[in-house]
Amino acid sequence: MTFGAVAAVLAAGWLVYTLNQSVFVTEVAVAKDQPVPFSHKHHVLDVGLDCRYCHTAVEQSGSAGIPPTKTCNNCHSVLFTDQAMFAPVNQSLKTDRSLDWIRVHDLPDYVYFNHSIHVQKGIGCTTCHGDVQNMPLTWKAQPLQMGWCLECHRQPEKFIRPRDEVFNPDWKPGPNHAAEGRRLVAEYGINVKQLENCSVCHR
Amino acid sequence: MEDQIKSGRARWLSAPTVLGCRPAAGWGQPALPVLLALAMLVTGCRQDMNDQPKMKPLRGTDFFADGRSARPLVPDTVARGHLRTNEHFYLGRIEGKLATNLPVAVTAPLLARGRERYDIFCAPCHDRTGGGNGMIVQRGFKQPNSFHNDRLRGEPAGYYYDVIANGFGMMSSYAAQVPPEDRWAIVAYIRALQLSQHATTNDVPATELEKLLQVKP
Ligand code: HEC
Ligand code: HEC
Ligand code: HEC
Ligand code: HEC
Ligand code: HEC
Ligand code: HEC
Repeated sequence: MTFGAVAAVLAAGWLVYTLNQSVFVTEVAVAKDQPVPFSHKHHVLDVGLDCRYCHTAVEQSGSAGIPPTKTCNNCHSVLFTDQAMFAPVNQSLKTDRSLDWIRVHDLPDYVYFNHSIHVQKGIGCTTCHGDVQNMPLTWKAQPLQMGWCLECHRQPEKFIRPRDEVFNPDWKPGPNHAAEGRRLVAEYGINVKQLENCSVCHR
Repeated sequence: MEDQIKSGRARWLSAPTVLGCRPAAGWGQPALPVLLALAMLVTGCRQDMNDQPKMKPLRGTDFFADGRSARPLVPDTVARGHLRTNEHFYLGRIEGKLATNLPVAVTAPLLARGRERYDIFCAPCHDRTGGGNGMIVQRGFKQPNSFHNDRLRGEPAGYYYDVIANGFGMMSSYAAQVPPEDRWAIVAYIRALQLSQHATTNDVPATELEKLLQVKP
């Protein structure tokens, strides 16, 4: 009887844990339908736009920001405007109401995250967001769970890259990355010991 | 105007997949494990700490009619620290006329910054050398003039600042994407580009020229 109860509790625990790691919860690699089928593949890979053309705030602020419709209009004042899929964009411009993009990444509100510090310390967009330039619709490449953050906060040398490569979607670690990573962590003054403190992310 | 993105989290909560949240209370009596496990799966648990009633960047609100939590400026007001009295720096003009010089010192870091910003914001249309044949133009956007024609080389520095800030014909304003300091960095870099396409060997210091001439094509 007792044995059965313990087994059932363990099984339930295992079930919850497994579900927690599953795509139902983490939504990793699940593309979201958007009001306009915006494609990073077309804009970044094919046209060659830099992330900062649209996500202008990412270097100075906590939030990377989603571009206002005016930014689309810089080019789509003429390109493709007559196509049906652009109706929401035209509507947004006409009424001055924001487009309702569906969030792909969304940390719980009790977690503090900040883009600028990661960008300044040589953590590239693709390290956390994956191969964005090949996404026809945006999806999450990483689970964004606490264990994932900590994996890097414990050993950033594995993931760090030179600052001027942060926005390069093609960057790959070189053969001597172990030594290079340690050098960059020292050069950028990253204090690895304190990065595991709860108050870094829960403040 | 900042766009909002809607919370995907709130959406999947409404679906019958309330699987992800952890039990809010303890495990209770081990005599009811199966019931508990089931209860956890079907009832969902409180998400108050996940979705706190505060405004974060990009989050919409029901409080204002237009749904934006990031409020636009009230008409005829100036935000603290945003009073712009320096006409040369903020408008590219001196007593109403386009300025011929830059309000900041032209240094190597300024040019490097200008190059980076130019490549991000201008090169998609004006291409990396300023010829006016960027990727967006190749996809059908109007072709701008080359920065290397005589008229544009003669335009004062303030002219370029003004175009970035206010737009020009088919080109929209880049004021929202490029702050004033960066506009001047870009202007300095455009000047460098213009020089680069019209340089002669006389512009090169003698010692450097020596080295250049030794390079075999
Ligand atoms: C032409 C403008 C544009 C460019 C360039 C661009 N993005 Fe985006 N990005 C958007 C828009 C619009 C969205 C919102 C729609 C979506 O999620 O696909 C978005 C969404 C995202 C998201 C998901 C946001 C969320 O909802 O959680 C990430 C991550 C992202 N972009 C990363 C990048 C990276 C990395 C680059 C550079 C390699 C880049 N973007 C370049 C316009 C752009
Ligand atoms: C710097 C110019 C530029 C900006 C800014 C820009 N686009 Fe585009 N967009 C293009 C070009 C060029 C294409 C054609 C791509 C191709 O031919 O590969 C395109 C294609 C598209 C398409 C056509 C479908 C497709 O994927 O082929 C959609 C939809 C679109 N853009 C939406 C947007 C939205 C929404 C925004 C604002 C967040 C935006 N674009 C901002 C240049 C731009
Ligand atoms: C250390 C990991 C990490 C790096 C590096 C990173 N991001 Fe993010 N990004 C995140 C997380 C986590 C979120 C979700 C934030 C939230 O929900 O509050 C996010 C959200 C976003 C969003 C949605 C809007 C927002 O700010 O919430 C965009 C757009 C985005 N990132 C773009 C970028 C771009 C562009 C880069 C490269 C300059 C980048 N990110 C680098 C982890 C990262
Ligand atoms: C790929 C590596 C990497 C990942 C993944 C990562 N971080 Fe970081 N994080 C860093 C580095 C490097 C720093 C800079 C530390 C420093 O300057 O000493 C940092 C700094 C921070 C800081 C600022 C610390 C301070 O002292 O102000 C916060 C907050 C933070 N990270 C939160 C997060 C959260 C939340 C996640 C997960 C959603 C995350 N990070 C994922 C590498 C990473
Ligand atoms: C690098 C950032 C980071 C650090 C450091 C960190 N956390 Fe977290 N924590 C997170 C993130 C991100 C989540 C959200 C996970 C999710 O959405 O599944 C989280 C979630 C939690 C939760 C909610 C549990 C759950 O799974 O629902 C608790 C409790 C928690 N953290 C406690 C701590 C404690 C205690 C520490 C210090 C030992 C700590 N955290 C350090 C990023 C961090
Ligand atoms: C989306 C494409 C696009 C981008 C990006 C763009 N421009 Fe333009 N630009 C144009 C077009 C097209 C014209 C010509 C407009 C016309 O004649 O109606 C133009 C005209 C100009 C002119 C005036 C040329 C003349 O003939 O007097 C200047 C100066 C200029 N752009 C500078 C810039 C700078 C600096 C940037 C970067 C901050 C930039 N542009 C970004 C498309 C663009």
